[in-house]
Amino acid sequence: MSYLEIASVNKIYGGKVHAVKALDLAIGQGEIVALLGSSGCGKTSTLRMIAGFEEVSSGRISLGGQEVHRLPPGRRGVAMAFEGYSLYPPLTLRENIAFALKGEKLAASEVAARVEEVAHLVEITAILDRYPSSVSGGQQQRASLARALIRRAALHLLDEPMGQLEPQLRALLRGRIKHFIRERGLTAILVTHDQTEANALADRIAVMENGELQQFDTPAALKERPANLFTGTFIGEPPMNVFDAEPQDSGGRLAFRLGEGASLDYDAGAFPGALRERLAAGRGITLGVRPHAVRIAEGGLTAQVAANQWLGDQTHISAGFAGGTIVSVRHDRADLRQGDRIPIAIAPADLHIFDRATGRAISHGGQLA
Amino acid sequence: MTHQSPLERLLRGLALVLVVCFFIFPILWIVLMSFQTNETILRSPPSVVFRPTVSNYAAIISGHLDSNVASMGIEFMRNLMNSVILSAGSVALSLVLGVPAAYAFARHKFRGSEDIAFTLLSFRFAPPLLVLLPLTLYFQQIGLADTYLGLIWVYQLICLPLILWIVRGYFEDISPDIEHAYRIAGHSWFSTFCRISLPLAGPGIAAAALLAFIFAWNNFVFALVLASADKQPVTVGALAFVTASGIQYGQIAAAVVLSILPVLALALYAQRYLVEGLSLGAVKG
Ligand SMILES: Nc1ncnc2c1ncn2[C@@H]1O[C@H](COP(=O)(O)OP(=O)(O)OP(=O)(O)O)[C@@H](O)[C@H]1O
Ligand SMILES: [Mg+2]
Repeated sequence: MSYLEIASVNKIYGGKVHAVKALDLAIGQGEIVALLGSSGCGKTSTLRMIAGFEEVSSGRISLGGQEVHRLPPGRRGVAMAFEGYSLYPPLTLRENIAFALKGEKLAASEVAARVEEVAHLVEITAILDRYPSSVSGGQQQRASLARALIRRAALHLLDEPMGQLEPQLRALLRGRIKHFIRERGLTAILVTHDQTEANALADRIAVMENGELQQFDTPAALKERPANLFTGTFIGEPPMNVFDAEPQDSGGRLAFRLGEGASLDYDAGAFPGALRERLAAGRGITLGVRPHAVRIAEGGLTAQVAANQWLGDQTHISAGFAGGTIVSVRHDRADLRQGDRIPIAIAPADLHIFDRATGRAISHGGQLA
Repeated sequence: MTHQSPLERLLRGLALVLVVCFFIFPILWIVLMSFQTNETILRSPPSVVFRPTVSNYAAIISGHLDSNVASMGIEFMRNLMNSVILSAGSVALSLVLGVPAAYAFARHKFRGSEDIAFTLLSFRFAPPLLVLLPLTLYFQQIGLADTYLGLIWVYQLICLPLILWIVRGYFEDISPDIEHAYRIAGHSWFSTFCRISLPLAGPGIAAAALLAFIFAWNNFVFALVLASADKQPVTVGALAFVTASGIQYGQIAAAVVLSILPVLALALYAQRYLVEGLSLGAVKG
């Protein structure tokens, strides 16, 4: 049994809004997990059910072998940094952070030392004696994060803990927080909109959409083997290129016919027999290919450049292709202008094939999913 | 603060003085009257120059009204005491009942909660006399007529809805996550209510209590119908000044001054507290 186990949990608000649907999640002790998903997909609702501020509509949650979903928040041993900071206005930041230790009956010197430690961690030492109303949003957010980290809780829930900060500070804190959590063997769930942050901090990422868990896997696996079209297009920057396609197996060749007469033609040997059988069944498919795998090489299919952007460290070339748009990323400058014709080549190992009707992945790079 | 030209500042000051005079004038006039004898009050034309006397206050406080025709006793100080007991008692009871109820209505939306809250407010719509006549009969039967307890109970019709609705708004303004942040650190619902919610809603509770106190203090009809002489508040007691032998303006003025003093003192005290509470940056999520 896992350390934190969420079993078929549903959350329905007021009998109408089905915010979390049959969620199953098992997290090991000492693991850092990121919750990723578009706005309104049920991330905060999930955290609030774990913390105990929302009842589960159905399902079970257990933490450290104990069922907790019926316990009041104070008895679950969970710490949380809130999306809206929620500092207590009449107290200074220092008092707010120390307040979180009130229940633990520690010596005053111990409390003071720990406040200093976390304040230093999130860079708010200089403003500890100010009131929440007189510091900036990002400073409040860091105080709120410190208030969660100061506790030695069984589980730390961090709801967008660094959303207000600039990239440099975020990157700095990311490293420190990971070290802090690892050093103490804490278990944490972190909500974020920043994929870089999720990749850097988390051991595993849970991708949610519309209240449903799409995939729960390591950052590398999410990128290389997305379970469905949603995860495929949601993870990765810029997003995966997708095209509806009709496979055509003519013995030695396997062709994917795209829109406007374009067709990707491969040696059938690059695809295992099981996959070819699957494709021959004739269900519609969607092809996905990551922008960095779209190469511009002689002999490829023709595309017409629509935009060419040099971002300082990479070039994004978007081009009209097969009735849609294809984006290619490369790491040098490209001397291309709008309207230029370029040859596009995609290796079979870079193809992700999805079932068009269900969106489920069929194969990644020729390997059945 | 924006910059203003001297002329602007002058005009603004003038306008403020005018407004203050307009509102303060009746009170000022009554205070002046309370230090005059009936003769100086009624002389024509009126004048603000007179020799002040405290005889009105002496008469009110000692309870002997001496007019030029007759001498009679009134119990104004007792009425004042009754007003204090009734108003303070009903506000205290309303706070004990209303603040937890307001919190419940603000935080827990349950089936019918809006209806119950509205029903409580609707007590304020009912014409008091309509409620009072049947109530008098019941009160006589169960022995509550002419008791402080009975009156305080009826005064809940005035105070409870007021406190409930004002304080509820203040609780709703507090972000629930501020409470959650305390609860999750191992605290019970009740200690969160006492340590976090009550202090944050403090200024609102004070304002509501003050308002309820003033409403209760000014109430006339409940006490008129339900209370006998020794339980009557000042509002009803003031009727005694209108006698067959004429109206003692000076004494009435002294009585008015005495009866607004407690409310005024309370308002000034509470105002300081209100400002303090707000300047702490109180209800900012
Ligand atoms: N108290 C509530 N009553 C009714 N519906 C709610 C309530 N709280 C959230 N919802 C709805 O539930 C869904 C999930 O909300 P939730 O706050 O969990 O989203 P989220 O993933 O945290 O989004 P974001 O990234 O914007 O913070 C949304 O559609 C939201 O409108
Ligand atoms: Mg959220």
